[in-house]
Order: sequence, then C-alpha cells, then structure tokens
Amino acid sequence: MVEPRPLHRRRSIRLWLGAAWIALLFFAAVFAGALSPHDRLAQDLMLQTLPPAWLPGAEPGYYLGTDSLGRDILSRIIYATRPALIVAIVASTAACLFGSLLGLVAGFFGGWADRIISRLVDIWMAFPPVLLSILLVAVLGPALSSVIIAIAVIDWTRFCRVVRAEAMQQRRMDYVDSAKVAGYGTLRIMAREVLPNVLPAIVVLFSLEMGIAVIVEAILSFVNLSISTDDPTWGSMIAEGRGIVHQAWWVLVFPLTCLFLTVLAFSQFGEGLKERFDPVMR
Amino acid sequence: MSAPFLKIDRLSVRLRRGGEGRLLRQASIAVAPGEVHGLVGESGAGKSMIGRAIFGILPRAVEVIEGAVRLGGTDLFTLSDRERRRLVGVNAALIPQDPLTALNPSKRIEAQMTDRLTRILGLSAAEAKARALGLLEEVQIREPARVFRSYPHELSGGMRQRVLIASAFAAEPRLIVADEPTTALDVTVQKQILKLIAEMQRRHGTALLFVTHNLGVVAKICQRVSVLYAGKIVEQTDVATLFNAPAHAYTRALMAATPRYDRPEESLAPVRPEVIEALSQEIAQTDNIWAEARLAAAGRRA
Repeated sequence: MVEPRPLHRRRSIRLWLGAAWIALLFFAAVFAGALSPHDRLAQDLMLQTLPPAWLPGAEPGYYLGTDSLGRDILSRIIYATRPALIVAIVASTAACLFGSLLGLVAGFFGGWADRIISRLVDIWMAFPPVLLSILLVAVLGPALSSVIIAIAVIDWTRFCRVVRAEAMQQRRMDYVDSAKVAGYGTLRIMAREVLPNVLPAIVVLFSLEMGIAVIVEAILSFVNLSISTDDPTWGSMIAEGRGIVHQAWWVLVFPLTCLFLTVLAFSQFGEGLKERFDPVMR
Repeated sequence: MSAPFLKIDRLSVRLRRGGEGRLLRQASIAVAPGEVHGLVGESGAGKSMIGRAIFGILPRAVEVIEGAVRLGGTDLFTLSDRERRRLVGVNAALIPQDPLTALNPSKRIEAQMTDRLTRILGLSAAEAKARALGLLEEVQIREPARVFRSYPHELSGGMRQRVLIASAFAAEPRLIVADEPTTALDVTVQKQILKLIAEMQRRHGTALLFVTHNLGVVAKICQRVSVLYAGKIVEQTDVATLFNAPAHAYTRALMAATPRYDRPEESLAPVRPEVIEALSQEIAQTDNIWAEARLAAAGRRA
C-alpha cells in the first residue's frame, strides 16, 4: 500500500515532461516570427561564430551564438521547429492511416488477406530504411513533401504489424462473437467494436512514430536531401556545425540537443500514454 | 409436446482440413418453446460446436457438411448471410462462457445493452434504456444506474455475467443458448448465477439450450438432456429417465465420474477403457453406415 503511489507519479512525470516539451515546440513553431530575436537568414560576416551569451566574447542579443555565416542560432532553431513538426505530423498520419487500415484488415479477416498483407510487410522490411528513404527522396527531388512521402512509404509497416497483432487478439474475444450473434455486420464490428480496442496501441505508436519522423527528416537534411532553400532545419544545422565543431561547438551542440530532446519527448510521451492506457485496457 | 422452436437435424461438422474426422456426427436436437434442454459431454465432445452452429459463429477452420438448423421452422442454412443474422438476432441470444471477454472493454454497459435493443427491436433510445435498466434490476443488480455507466473492467466476474444474462433476455428472444455460463466463475458465484438463469427462464418462458459438463446442473434445471460423445449424441431422454435408468454405458460412466455431495463416501470412477473402446466402435459403425449411404446416393445420381 506504500509503494505504488510514487511509482505512478514517476510515470506521470514522464508523460507530462514529454507533453510539455512537445507543447513548447508547437508554441515555437506557431509564433516563430515573434519569438526569434533575429532574422533567421540574415548573414553578418562581422559576427561570425560568436559564442553563446554566457561565454567571454559574446555579443548581447545573440543568446546561443552565431554560425560561420554570422546567423543567429536561436532564431534558426526556432524556425526549424516548423519543418520538423510538419514532417512529424503529416508523415506519421499518412503512415498511420495506411498501415492501420491494412493491419486491421489482415488481423480481423485473417486467411488469404492476412497472408498477402503480411508477405508485403516482410518484403518491405527487408529494405534498409535509411537507404530506401535517401533513394526515394533522390528520385522525388529534395523537398519537404518528398521527405513526408518517403517516411510514410517506409514506416506504414510499423503500424500494420502492431495493429494486425492487436486485431488478431481482439478478434478471438467473445465480445466479437456476441456482436455477430446480435446480428451486426462485419464492417460495423470492425469499426465500432474492434477498432476502439486497438486505438490505444495506435495512439502510442503514433507518438513514437512522430519521434522517428523527426530523426529521419534530420538525417535527410544532414545529407542535404530535405528542403533545398536556406531555411534552417535541425539536420542541416548539424551538418553545418559538424565541420567547425573544434572552433565553435555551439553551432553543432544546440540543434543536436534540440533534436535529441524532441525525439526523447515523443518517445516518453508515447510510453507514458501506454502506461496510462494499460491498466484500463488489459 | 408442442412443435419445437429449435430443431437441429442430423448436423455434421468437420475440420476443413481434417480429412474424414468429424466434430459433430449427425447430431439432432429439438427444443420446444419454454423447454430447458441440457447438452452434456466432456471437453472436446462438440457441445459448443452445436451452439456456435446455431449462431453461425463456427470457427473458420470448421465447416458444416450436412444437416439443418431450424429456428421456428426456417432452415438457417438456406438464408442469405444478412437474413440469417436478422432472424437469429431477433429470435435467439447467447450467454457466453467467459464473462471476462464477452463484453467489449472499451464501451460502457449502457451502450452495449441498448445498441442491440434499438437495432434489433427498433426501440427508441429512451425505451431501450428503460428496458435495459429494468432487466438489470431483474438480475438483482443493486445499483443499475451505476452499473449502466460502468466499463466492464470496473465490474466483477459475477456482475458481468449478470449483465450478460440481462442482455440475453433483454430482446425477449424465444431461444437462449447458455454456453457453460458458470464455468469461468468462482464456485461461490456459480450457484447464484445458475439459480438466476433458471428463474429468468421460467419468468420469460424462453427455450433454453444449456451446454454444460456438469450433470448436477442438468439435474437441477433441465427437462430433457442430450449426452454427447465425440460429436455423437449417445443418449437423449428426459432428465428423470436419465438419472433413474441411464441407457447408455457412457452415461453411466459419466455419472460415476461426477462428485455428489449427498454421497461423499462413494469414490469417483474414471471412465473405463472398455467403455471408450465400445464407444469408438459405435462411432466407427455410424461413420461406416453413413459413408455407405453417401456412396449409394452417389451411385443413384450417376
């Protein structure tokens, strides 16, 4: 009677910290214009590689320093939340809808439908994902939409596998038989009886997938295959900072920290959700 | 006896890929309106298959190879899927074996009980709610309004079984199949649930097909009984005859293997190998007769 309470609180902290960071990102993305102290694109060669504000030699107003072209790092990080979140939301939604639908069909109907879909997933998963995404974006041309398509095309299998397994488990429950006995049709049983019970798994996976999408976008930016303009992304900032890490570590470290925290926040948020759902659903 | 409401006629069922092995061998059962018919047998005898065949929820790997299931005179196998669902939905209901999985975990009890009533009987939402609440009271749930708002995981196993019983009777079906409704429950609750089902059956005058492996239960609530072994009905009679003068060796063996509170000094006897041997021969014989009949029929067609 003494132990469970703090345990429960720790789980909640993970959920709320994740949610707080994600909320902060959304806030930054929406109000990027008002929040950033400088123009994200303005170069000033007089202000090259200024250190962050608390180090000697810093210029007032440049809180996280500047990069090799004298651009303000804080402003660039704030603006870079936009492509990151757009990719996270749109790509995850697309992967989720497509993968969950196929997974639900495979798991609920079984038989040949399951066999075809499962083989498709097996074949898909045999491709190395990073290589495949680089290939896809190279073919589609570097743009944010290509990145989104690449992620959706590759990652639908995650949703498909999990939803299939859950649907298979639910299908064996007596309540599905009861619904049949009550005279409900297959579609209605799938959508109204089984789907709500699979939904928690989908929500958790969706959160994890947003983190993955952010990483993949960063990887593609790092190899210069994401958005092609000067607009900042965390991946391209990391790529720029890599070359001068010995002279100006902050150019690399700040966007990297941001990326790290974001991915961590999405995964912790997802895990927190999972724990929150678990005692109810199982 | 009046015309049976449920009439299962020489129903045979087999595994799709199981060769000649059969799960049901020309099983015939008739249940008159208001009658309680017990279906007993050991695990794997095919008891549940009969219930599942009525509702069209046989496992995918199983197929019906001959026979008919008639509900009020209509052969269910001749209907389209949609017609059959409707007819069965209105006229029959199931009390499932495992109350833990028979309610949808993500829906409140209210939705699970009233959806059926509005859909099947075309009641208005308010009528359905009133009827469902009334039934919850009838199954002796103390706070129906609270249970109505609950999710299944908030209720105990016994409560959930009561809810399922209320659900089954709610649409006033003419037939209810109870598939071992007390097996998954605590011993202390089993007796109450059994009593409740018997009372509800009497009050509503519903025909009841009671699937169980417990002869004691059969003695308490059934009028007629079928004893099933390996998918074959080896004895079918009224309950008094069954207990006073069991005709079949297997029935006698089954009784000897049932514990009795009134005679604790008697030791239990397992079903003897001779009985099993005799049974296998009997079943092989019917299978042969059947195969010959099919050959003959094929010959006539040719």
